[in-house]
Amino acid sequence: MPADPLRGAAAIVGLGITPQGKVFHTGALGFAVDAVKLALDDAGLAREDIDGLLLNPGLAWADLGMGSFQLQQAMGLRNLRLSATMNLGGATACAMIQHASQAIAAGLATTVVCVFSDMPLKPPAPKGDRASAASAYGFARGWEQAYGFFGVNAMYALVARRHMHRYGTSQDHLGAVAVGQRRWATLNPAAQLRDQPLTLDDYHRSRWIVEPFHLFDCCLVSNGGLAVIVTGAERARNLRRPPVYLWGMGQGHLGGDPADTLTSGAVLAREPAFRMAEITLRDVDVVELYDCYTFTVIVTLEDYGFCAKGEGGPFAAEQVTGPGGRVAVNTGGGQLASFYMWGMTPVSEAVIQLRGDGGARQVPRHDVALVSGNGGILSTHSTLILSRLPS
Amino acid sequence: MSAVPKPLPQITPEMAPFWEAARRHELMVQRCRGCGTRRFPARELCSRCLSRDAGWERVSGHGQVFSFAIMHQVYHPAFADAVPYAIVVVELEEGARVLSNLVDCPTADVAIGLPVEVVFEDVAPDVTLPKFRPRRAAA
Repeated sequence: MPADPLRGAAAIVGLGITPQGKVFHTGALGFAVDAVKLALDDAGLAREDIDGLLLNPGLAWADLGMGSFQLQQAMGLRNLRLSATMNLGGATACAMIQHASQAIAAGLATTVVCVFSDMPLKPPAPKGDRASAASAYGFARGWEQAYGFFGVNAMYALVARRHMHRYGTSQDHLGAVAVGQRRWATLNPAAQLRDQPLTLDDYHRSRWIVEPFHLFDCCLVSNGGLAVIVTGAERARNLRRPPVYLWGMGQGHLGGDPADTLTSGAVLAREPAFRMAEITLRDVDVVELYDCYTFTVIVTLEDYGFCAKGEGGPFAAEQVTGPGGRVAVNTGGGQLASFYMWGMTPVSEAVIQLRGDGGARQVPRHDVALVSGNGGILSTHSTLILSRLPS
Repeated sequence: MSAVPKPLPQITPEMAPFWEAARRHELMVQRCRGCGTRRFPARELCSRCLSRDAGWERVSGHGQVFSFAIMHQVYHPAFADAVPYAIVVVELEEGARVLSNLVDCPTADVAIGLPVEVVFEDVAPDVTLPKFRPRRAAA
């Protein structure tokens, strides 16, 4: 079969990560601007080099219609040939990079910045009012508030409980994911929980949020921004940092009730992505999976075929995904222990690893990375296969 | 007793028949007139046959727990004294899945497959919440 012309045709050349977590000095738009500036500096590019802008607006963008245009105006960008605001939830990051590479291949644009930002955390109230610590993810819809059904945690918990019932996934299994990723986080100076090692006992002792989720089953909702710049392979080779080439990509959106499927869209997205990349799972050195919850990692490991369907829990419990393990998964600590920037968190860690910038957490062999994005309640899914090698 | 009252359901025109039935202590779900699929909550379209034609139908209120989550975190001050409490998705004998609370049951005893029946909680003069409890043996 002939090679896919898009394989290796574009690369990520710039990465910008603003301060993450409980940071309140600006807003969603300001974080986006800062992230783009950092990505431009990283790439050695100027504002004038950008001719494409893709924005994934976080919750705090809700009232800012035409988000990518708002960002363009805020940044004084002129003469864009591509602009779009995209929202597949946590699957958007990988999808934006896919669309950027396609637009570049089609000649629509040459240099596309893809950005996410959000400000779901409110500044702490003067008197330590507990309500002010709530994040924007604790919302309720219409009539559901009457039943005390609040927040994304509860929606995911209903699906996780079905997986536990059907496959025997246990609280220990969920905890194993939290423990494994925390081990990575202790090696990542940028991780918010870098100074808080976690044992399985600690996990079980942590407070319940929505059972079966403990505190440490849930990602670290964060304020901040994150941007990457995508350009054609030829231009990529002449920029400041080593290019991270786009080898494979795919999307998969199953629809229906995730409590029935207990499956992510990876089952649709993986095949085209791996076919395009001309590799198999065995060729992957670094795995960055979307981890809004520990449970999401278990499902995603199953759906990419790291283990059989339903075996994600026991697989995680083998503790083969932490530092020094057989499969390096979420090597920066992920969204559970580092920061939550929707799908940009796994993308950014893949770029860091493929560049060899991982420091104490650097995976020794780092030629190929698998990245997943997941939005809604296992509702949307996207895949990237990235490499530091051009082909 | 919490100082803050629990929020009442936002009653949309689409869901009004459900809440009107609840006030009469009846449980109703929407049923597609195109293909007969029962659904909850109310929707304009049937996602199976795309028909807009639908009516409301009284159901037995019997079913079993399809999934559940125990709420510990307080997301709203009115629930501060209520935690931990059970959110359940009940699969009705007639097919639709209804999100509600399980009452009269310790949270440790909630389980998938538990047979349940509807009960009605009058929370305001004109608002009644259908909830579920473990099914009692028929008299």
